[in-house]
Amino acid sequence: MTDHDVVVTGIGATTPLGGTAPETWQALLDGVNGVTANTEPWVEKFDLPVRIKAALKVEPTEVIPRVEARRLDRCQQVALVAAREAWADAGSPEIDPERLGVVVGTGIGGALTLLGQDDLLETEGLRKVAVLTIPMLMPNGPAAAVGLWAKARGGVHAPVSACASGAEGIAWAWRMIRDGDIDVAIAGGAEACITSLPVAGFSQMRAMSTRNDDPATASRPFDVDRDGFILGEGAGMMILERRDHAVARGAQIYGTLAGVGMSNDAYHITAPEPNGEGQTRAVEKAIRSAGLTAADVGHVNAHATSTPVGDVGEANMIKRAIGDHTVVTANKSMTGHLLGASGAVEGIATLLAVKHGIIPGTKNVFNLDPAIEVDVATENREVNLTAALNDSFGFGGHNVALLFTKD
Amino acid sequence: MSNEDILAGLGEIVEEVAGVPAADVTADKSFTDDLDIDSLSMVEIAVQAEDKFGVKIPDDELANLKTVQDAVSYIERNKA
Repeated sequence: MTDHDVVVTGIGATTPLGGTAPETWQALLDGVNGVTANTEPWVEKFDLPVRIKAALKVEPTEVIPRVEARRLDRCQQVALVAAREAWADAGSPEIDPERLGVVVGTGIGGALTLLGQDDLLETEGLRKVAVLTIPMLMPNGPAAAVGLWAKARGGVHAPVSACASGAEGIAWAWRMIRDGDIDVAIAGGAEACITSLPVAGFSQMRAMSTRNDDPATASRPFDVDRDGFILGEGAGMMILERRDHAVARGAQIYGTLAGVGMSNDAYHITAPEPNGEGQTRAVEKAIRSAGLTAADVGHVNAHATSTPVGDVGEANMIKRAIGDHTVVTANKSMTGHLLGASGAVEGIATLLAVKHGIIPGTKNVFNLDPAIEVDVATENREVNLTAALNDSFGFGGHNVALLFTKD
Repeated sequence: MSNEDILAGLGEIVEEVAGVPAADVTADKSFTDDLDIDSLSMVEIAVQAEDKFGVKIPDDELANLKTVQDAVSYIERNKA
């Protein structure tokens, strides 16, 4: 294994807070709420208990040409929107296609196509089923769409690990560059599955907030009255690049992805291991692979989805694995939960926090849960950071940690 | 419905499915070589043409529709 530094030279995102990464970052700093009432007819039709959502601020079809968009599932559309922004941000480098890779995760893939085409089959019959149904629903679809567009011949991969997928995309891309497989990667996650069955399924798990009468304060990570997550949609992408490659072409450098860590709880299909040992292993691997110590980690951008059990377990893990010196924030208080895109979008926020020395505050913490024994920033906090960590966890016991350092 | 009407209707479908301007969909054009339409898009065009013109276009017939004129002639012969 070679020992190449991996830097970030471009970012892109489309989220409930904005159609680009800079707009999303500014909205995080401004404390903008991305959660609104869900008035889709299927909410009423199935009498769903959850009537709030975190929908995209900018429709992908406003950005992607019509004919191209109609061949893509919505999760592929958001992946492309974010990937193109990130690629342009990196200066649209001319590189050997065999040295370019794509790793884009998704939790569910083309759920809107799968469910929508099944409805068409039932109501209209075979002839009305779209010829592109399969490539639109496959979970490698977002990665494949980005790879095809970017002509990435060095490898196109699609990690699927529920809500850790986006972070895992970035983690695997880091490994591919460190291993010397490729010089540049487009990496991140994409998700767009706000429709009846996912909402029904998460509702049946009692995982979602039902604070329907107050969407703006429904997502309350670390608050004592938090009652679940809000389903969101979006995508986040980074251009990861071997440092000497980036320097040679004079690219801008946001920061270094200094280390990654991945682990699994192997404990329960959905519940996190109560002592956070699996999460701790991922965090410690990330810190160790960066050659740093826990004392260096001044900030944690937490997974914190606003569920009663998840947030306190994570806070306990952070306290134990990193310490009480680190400043913790939860972007999901504003974005909702972007599932397989969340780790990528929050990774971008972590990177920008390190770069700019400011941590966006967590919204909607009216009464901090006394069981949360970490320093939660509830207002924007200016801190001189050398390193910050983003952790992501997914159903299936997946734990992923990304560690960014200041360049 | 005249051949011109069928041609114009086909043009609208091709523009909708593949983004080729309807005005470029002229009788002498080959779907694959001139209009750059792939086989999956051809299936979609056929399904829409069936609805628009009230014809059946089975797969073995579709395979013979190489040019726009082939499609216009087929629809002219088979339309309801």
